[in-house]
Amino acid sequence: MKLFGHKLTASAAFGLAVIAIFIFVSLFTPWIAPYSESANVAGTWDEPSAKLLFGADQIGRDMLTRIMYGSRMTIGVALAITTLSFIIGILTGLVSAVVGGWVDVFFTRLVDVMLSIPSLIFALIILGVFGSSIPVLIMTIAVLDSTRVFRLSRALGMNLTVMEYVEAARLRGEGLWWVITREILPNAWAPLVSEFGLRFCFNFLFIAGLSFLGLGIQPPYADLGGMVRENAAAINFGMMAPIYPATAIALLTVSVNLVVDWMLSIDARPSGAQAEL
Amino acid sequence: MDENIILSIKGLRLESVAGNVIVDNVDLQLRKGEVLGLIGESGAGKSTIGLSSMCYARAGLHIAGGTITLGGTNIAALDAEGRRAVRGKRIAYIAQSAAAAFNPAHSLMDQVCEAPVLHKLMTRAEAETWACELFVALDLPDPLNFGARHPHQVSGGQLQRAMAAMAMSCRPDVLVLDEPTTALDVTTQIEVLILLKSLIRQYQTAALYITHDLAVVAQVADRIKVLRHGKEVEEGLTEQILHRASQDYTARLVAVRGAAASERAVASTVKPQTVLSITDCHAYYGDFHVVRGVSLDVKRGETVAVVGESGSGKSTLARIITGLLTPRSGEILFQGKALPPALGARSKELKRTIQLVYQIPDVAINPRQSVQGIVGRPVEFYFGVGRAEVLARAKELMALVELPLEFLDRRPGQLSGGQKQRVCIARALAAKPDLIILDEPTSALDPLVAEEILTLLRKLQRELGLSYVLITHDLDVVHRIAHRTAVMLQGQFVAFDETDKIFDQPEHPYTQKLITAVPEMRVDWLDEVMAKRQTAAA
Repeated sequence: MKLFGHKLTASAAFGLAVIAIFIFVSLFTPWIAPYSESANVAGTWDEPSAKLLFGADQIGRDMLTRIMYGSRMTIGVALAITTLSFIIGILTGLVSAVVGGWVDVFFTRLVDVMLSIPSLIFALIILGVFGSSIPVLIMTIAVLDSTRVFRLSRALGMNLTVMEYVEAARLRGEGLWWVITREILPNAWAPLVSEFGLRFCFNFLFIAGLSFLGLGIQPPYADLGGMVRENAAAINFGMMAPIYPATAIALLTVSVNLVVDWMLSIDARPSGAQAEL
Repeated sequence: MDENIILSIKGLRLESVAGNVIVDNVDLQLRKGEVLGLIGESGAGKSTIGLSSMCYARAGLHIAGGTITLGGTNIAALDAEGRRAVRGKRIAYIAQSAAAAFNPAHSLMDQVCEAPVLHKLMTRAEAETWACELFVALDLPDPLNFGARHPHQVSGGQLQRAMAAMAMSCRPDVLVLDEPTTALDVTTQIEVLILLKSLIRQYQTAALYITHDLAVVAQVADRIKVLRHGKEVEEGLTEQILHRASQDYTARLVAVRGAAASERAVASTVKPQTVLSITDCHAYYGDFHVVRGVSLDVKRGETVAVVGESGSGKSTLARIITGLLTPRSGEILFQGKALPPALGARSKELKRTIQLVYQIPDVAINPRQSVQGIVGRPVEFYFGVGRAEVLARAKELMALVELPLEFLDRRPGQLSGGQKQRVCIARALAAKPDLIILDEPTSALDPLVAEEILTLLRKLQRELGLSYVLITHDLDVVHRIAHRTAVMLQGQFVAFDETDKIFDQPEHPYTQKLITAVPEMRVDWLDEVMAKRQTAAA
């Protein structure tokens, strides 16, 4: 099988299939979920049955339904964070690379300062002060994460801005916006797209981690990290409940990584072969 | 079989991973002490053949057929271990760019001695003695201590010679020289050429000499093989190829190199108005004084060439005119009015009237834009016209640079080098400029393609009354299109006069040196130069 003119590996195909399922489920959750998000339909931690495929959670809600809603919420928030952080990071990074001078110094020093503070601690402080609402969560993590996107896009921009076609555009008298969007960005897509996948994974795990600590997405909304925490006690009784949301987290993270690996391997080997020795 | 034959390749065929045939059914024989020149344009497969004589194929290629017999053994049938034992020991390679071939972290001596010690031919001490002997033969400065230096501590010409020493370190039967002088300045090229030739003669090493320059190969090769698109065009004695080529393609290659003397720029295009005038210009990179008091003027419809070797400051001069580098002092007038030195201070209109054509067309146009986007943008940007008009003008420009209209939809990756350079010229013309700065416009192109670009530039000058400032190191190009020529040395003009005068009565010793260093299309040219030098020394 081929995708974008490149041969798809088995692991990449698996990753793509899993991602497709997650996307489908997240988009259509209210229509395909067997029960409503907060309906109590069974007893605490009921065993899986034909009626409840993955059993019930700590207050008797259907685990499958909760995982569907949880994925929808966690993926949605992680996607919003990654998109926002890429918009901020790419813009500042490319402006830094193209303009240079004090603008570059200002942004790089600012980023250095932000990177010197551990991001989990930083997020905990902000969320502790402002309270954990979903918009605050998205803004905080997006700004924190944009520092890494900044570094990548600045490096890419530095390499491209010395190309003669960029110089030709400057000689013509083109403005900054044209140079960034028409001359540089189209040549930087490939690495940025792979990085988007990786950053999405980190953000997805980060959200799940914050929720597990109780600082992320708050009940009554379902989310995968929070569900692991709520059901954690079931382990003590030898029950599987927290394993299901944890598996969903792992499955999506691994799948995105498999696809990104595949994309990076295309990028690195244009001719597709090793030298004959 | 002739027992003097040291290397024999039969029916060589190389294919790419995608299945394209890169080299098709090439035969080649090399006797002891003989030099065979491989000549052809880029993509002719000459480097590929050179490498496969060591049974090596670059990434993405593989040897699909044929035998490669070196001194009686078919090395194509050997395994990786067997091939390794042959490479460097019995057959050695000299690459085009010595700077890229040396490891900057090790001393030259370590790198020259590596092969004989690894192949267990010599002890380290023996290898060092032999290396010093080679350094002497190659006329390197302070040969006893030369090996202690690192690659960045020697000049380009010296590094190229050090690589020759490295290749000779195991006393191989066959040397493969892949464009060994192409990256060098013309005055350095002749030194390296003389030493390579005497080295090959002294040790009776057989050699494959790969180059695109017929005049260079004529000096060293006994026989020449002409290649095109991975196939052999013809093979013959050097003399025969130069004067009695049997194939039309070879004759054209010879003719392009010979055209320099006959063709001259036409004076009739030059009008009296001065377009650009620079007076006593000084420019620095940091504290480094690059341009030291240059004065230059260009008339309407005139081509002024600035010739010099790398580091002479000629490209810096182009950057000053375009506004990319602000000179520290000096006056620049453009059409009678003072030209603001910094790009930011120039109006859109001024930016429009001065355009630049770059040396390497591959990086001068954005690979992610269509040809229409590239050519149409200046029209849209400077003249603010609608889409229909931009398209009409783009079509007009394509006709001007003699490219088919359907190319408008293509991306640069789908064009050849010469076509890309035409797109660059079209982009410059789109602004309707008065002055175009040509920064080595043909040096990245094959000779026949370069010739077409020069013809195009002359035609455009005639039709549109353009003025050119031509920055180049290639005296051949200067000859053909420049009305006046400035010779630049260490940031100064040592001569600035009519092109004919510069070439026919060179006054400054550097101008003389530069002109006499250009190889001529005669077999005995280099020998004459060597003989002349010996008499001068004696």
